[in-house]
Amino acid sequence: MPYLGSEDVVKDLKKALCNPHVQADRLRYRNVIQRVIRMPKLDQWGQAEVLNFLLRYQPRGEDELFDILNLLDSFLKNSSPGVVMAATKLFLILAKKFPHVQTDVLVQVKGPLLAACSSESRELCFAALCHVRQILHSLPGHFSSHYKKFFCSYSEPHYIKLQKVEVLCELVNDENVQQVLEELRGYCTDVAADFAQAAILAIGGIARTYTDQCVQILTELLGLRQEHITTVVVQTFRDLVWLCPQCTEAVCQALPGCEENIQDSEGKQALIWLLGVHGERIPNAPYVLEDFVENVKSETFPAVKMELLTALLRLFLARPAECQDTLGRLLYYCIEEEKDMAVRDRGLFYYRLLLTGVDEVKRILCSPKSDPSLGLLEDQAERPVNSWASDFNTLVPVYGKARWATISKCQGVERHGPELPNAASFATAGPLIPEESKESVQELPDSGALVLVPNHQLTAECFEKTWLSLKVAHQQVFPWQGALHPNTFQMALQVVNIQTIAMSRAGAQPWKAYLSARDDRGCLFLTELLWEPENLQMQISVKQNKPRTEALNSFVSVLETVIGTIGDIKS
Amino acid sequence: MISQFFILSSKGDPLIYKDFRGDSGGRDVAELFYRKLTGLPGDESPVVMVTTGGGGRQHHDDRHFIHIRHSGLYLVATTSENISPFSVLELLSRLATLLGDYCGSLGEGTISRNVALVYELLDEVLDYGYVQTTSTEMLRNFIQTEAVVSKPFSLFDLSSVGLFGAETQQSKVAPSSAASRPVLSSRSDQSQKNEVFLDVVERLSVLIASNGSLLKVDVQGEIRLKSFLPSGSEMRIGLTEEFCVGKSELRGYGPGIRVDEVSFHSSVHLDEFESHRILRLQPPQGELTVMRYQLSDDLPSPLPFRLFPSVQWDRGSGRLQVYLKLRCDLPPKSQALNVRLHLPLPRGVVSLSQELSSPEQKAELREGALCWDLPRVQGGSQLSGLFQMDVPGPPGPPCQGPSSSAPLGLGPAGLSFELPRHTCSGLQVRFLRLAFRPCGNTNPHKWVRHLSHSDAYVIRI
Repeated sequence: MPYLGSEDVVKDLKKALCNPHVQADRLRYRNVIQRVIRMPKLDQWGQAEVLNFLLRYQPRGEDELFDILNLLDSFLKNSSPGVVMAATKLFLILAKKFPHVQTDVLVQVKGPLLAACSSESRELCFAALCHVRQILHSLPGHFSSHYKKFFCSYSEPHYIKLQKVEVLCELVNDENVQQVLEELRGYCTDVAADFAQAAILAIGGIARTYTDQCVQILTELLGLRQEHITTVVVQTFRDLVWLCPQCTEAVCQALPGCEENIQDSEGKQALIWLLGVHGERIPNAPYVLEDFVENVKSETFPAVKMELLTALLRLFLARPAECQDTLGRLLYYCIEEEKDMAVRDRGLFYYRLLLTGVDEVKRILCSPKSDPSLGLLEDQAERPVNSWASDFNTLVPVYGKARWATISKCQGVERHGPELPNAASFATAGPLIPEESKESVQELPDSGALVLVPNHQLTAECFEKTWLSLKVAHQQVFPWQGALHPNTFQMALQVVNIQTIAMSRAGAQPWKAYLSARDDRGCLFLTELLWEPENLQMQISVKQNKPRTEALNSFVSVLETVIGTIGDIKS
Repeated sequence: MISQFFILSSKGDPLIYKDFRGDSGGRDVAELFYRKLTGLPGDESPVVMVTTGGGGRQHHDDRHFIHIRHSGLYLVATTSENISPFSVLELLSRLATLLGDYCGSLGEGTISRNVALVYELLDEVLDYGYVQTTSTEMLRNFIQTEAVVSKPFSLFDLSSVGLFGAETQQSKVAPSSAASRPVLSSRSDQSQKNEVFLDVVERLSVLIASNGSLLKVDVQGEIRLKSFLPSGSEMRIGLTEEFCVGKSELRGYGPGIRVDEVSFHSSVHLDEFESHRILRLQPPQGELTVMRYQLSDDLPSPLPFRLFPSVQWDRGSGRLQVYLKLRCDLPPKSQALNVRLHLPLPRGVVSLSQELSSPEQKAELREGALCWDLPRVQGGSQLSGLFQMDVPGPPGPPCQGPSSSAPLGLGPAGLSFELPRHTCSGLQVRFLRLAFRPCGNTNPHKWVRHLSHSDAYVIRI
């Protein structure tokens, strides 16, 4: 149990979050929450924890929601970044359905975030930058006027510089593009090669919108004749030409001469591709490719040879006279001498293709040379705030979404073993969430429908016998996303007096569980849960020993609440 | 909630290791972490993921390592939960401050001398991975071990002493070294430690375009307090009365001192702030940041340095001549210390010939850049240096004649410096009054210092 300053805090917190009577009475509820929040003894760690707990509470209506938001407003101005971020997350999640409130919150938190970005603690600065990037995904213009805050300084460590370059690339707009590009150009000549390359890639990213300026800068960089710069610039050009065909002319003029400064596989591939696809506009393209063919024996990367084959064949279609001889030599080499099977097969394939006639080759090989729609698609990837609200103030933005996905995948669901001893604490969502479902259970007696008997015990054999003797009375499918934590699930079910007879171990696919419950009138409900992660759904099949539809429906709704609550939190 | 906490020396030796939850793979995670860190290209990012489960499909032991670097040490927390990075980083820096408070200064030596004390502290601060309290106040009731201080403090030993507050390039400007002893060590000699240090520290980041126009000014200021007084003794800090917050507020006559944003520590009472710019607080013993403020874009005073570069480059012969004139625009009585100009040069430059305007300066080539050291620059003075280098030219067609345009790869110039007794925003502490009645025979000593130093002072060429 985290220490929250005093026992009273914990008591009040429990009252506020769990007690349905308090929740039903808005005024009382408000008072309790207010007391919890205003707790004077709560230090910043306690405050952050409390804000985390409040995440689990679902307000019932708009009024209540805005009540809570008003009460919490002061936390957004706290001096500790941890508390501010916890409060921001709570706001974003509570105001799920009110995008304008979310935007307001993000505006309010801009100041603290920017302060953290220029904080003296490098590590804090890094975390803040990651979150800035996350916000920029949804609100691209959000930090545009503060672009100067994201300029790198010489003494900063690498991980901060790389983040800042990414941020700069994302916040660029008509007003600041000139300054941002000038700053980025400075980074391109940095001593550290990977930082310089990151800056060039960033310019390439900006070039999708502000093509002319960027292509000019990139062309100037080629003049440096530095290997590590030239290779990245050429790769950037390749991507750019594909997305923005209008810059093809400029790129083609810049290319001659680059081949002397490219040694690595990636750069060579990019250059050869460009020469092949746009060779008719580059006067010396056949001769550059010829050089590559001359040296093909000493070429170590098969990928480069494959690229060379395709490029030369394409160029042959455009300028047959100059390429025929070279192509012949290359095909001969690939088929007769090459040891790499993939390259050899490609050579054979092209050879046979050529035998069918040039028109056929043209039909197959000449695809469109650019695809601007791809760029548009990428631009539209602005994600709504809700898609990352639950990741805010966690490690997800720090790792980046893609890396996080691989990490959590290999982490698997087995992770939750060590938490068992802690079952009684707040940390395992256990005692808090189910209260909501208990509330629905407790509401039901008023209508006289369903009361599940606590401490109902059924042995496994007895269950099996009954299960086999009965028919399925009800079957339903619920959506379920994200991982599943059996322990949490079991605990939640226990609170609503549903006994777990057996369940598969965590991570099993498909995952199954068998549950049983008895109501006060002796009706027995036996349930099978079937979870198939691929389909993102949870199938329930309920059997009962007395045919009572009303009770069955109430039981299913109880189950639905539990599944809904747990699914919501864990996803 | 964190699983483990450990401190590594800069060489990777574990100094402190504490497992809070018993769900870990044991001590060797520290080593794994260090290997991972040093294996990363470039600098290490503060959050890394290490798989300790080895091969196979068992990934029980995967965990996140979140670390900060503080005075050459790695303070690392591990967790298997997806927790808030801000809270953990804050906790780690708070721990660093606490350890500093208890052991004097934080460093490899002090930590290894005070292992017992550090473990005792960790036991109180964290329980089962949850934070209990980090307030010095509460903790002092539980901590019994005395800190072992390396050697008796001597006034002559100024070189090894850090200025409290600012982590400057070379902190040799401290007038007193008393700040680097433990806050809470000896219970016996209460009377000796009636000292209060108050620092106004500003970090300046500036970007100047090649035509001399100012592109960006950013001042991050802090008022930091280190108190050796008994907790709960009240003090009042008076700031400059013309101090105003936000763009619109106007106070006093004349230019005024304006900042954009201010945030205060939660123990500060602001009832007299509106009327008289007085902060009232009852600080706990140890360090705390009383106030933070930011100021961007318009400074009341001129920038401390201006640089007038002129570059002559003869493309044909590859001869590069850089003439730098550095003008210090501080008031004549102030001075800047440890000024260093760092100018990245085009690749391949080897030889350097120099003509400097005074003998105490020094210039050398280091890591492909020109470093020009000026130990002391008086306000209003002007210094210059003429540097000649040979740049191995590209094999392309030589251009004819000398050109004044800079070759690619030259610049931007970065300056680093310290300005003692000077704040760029103009904020001053008017007074520091203590309501504390000394129980001993001595009045408390009060040290108030102002300091600005450069965070990034970049001039494009």
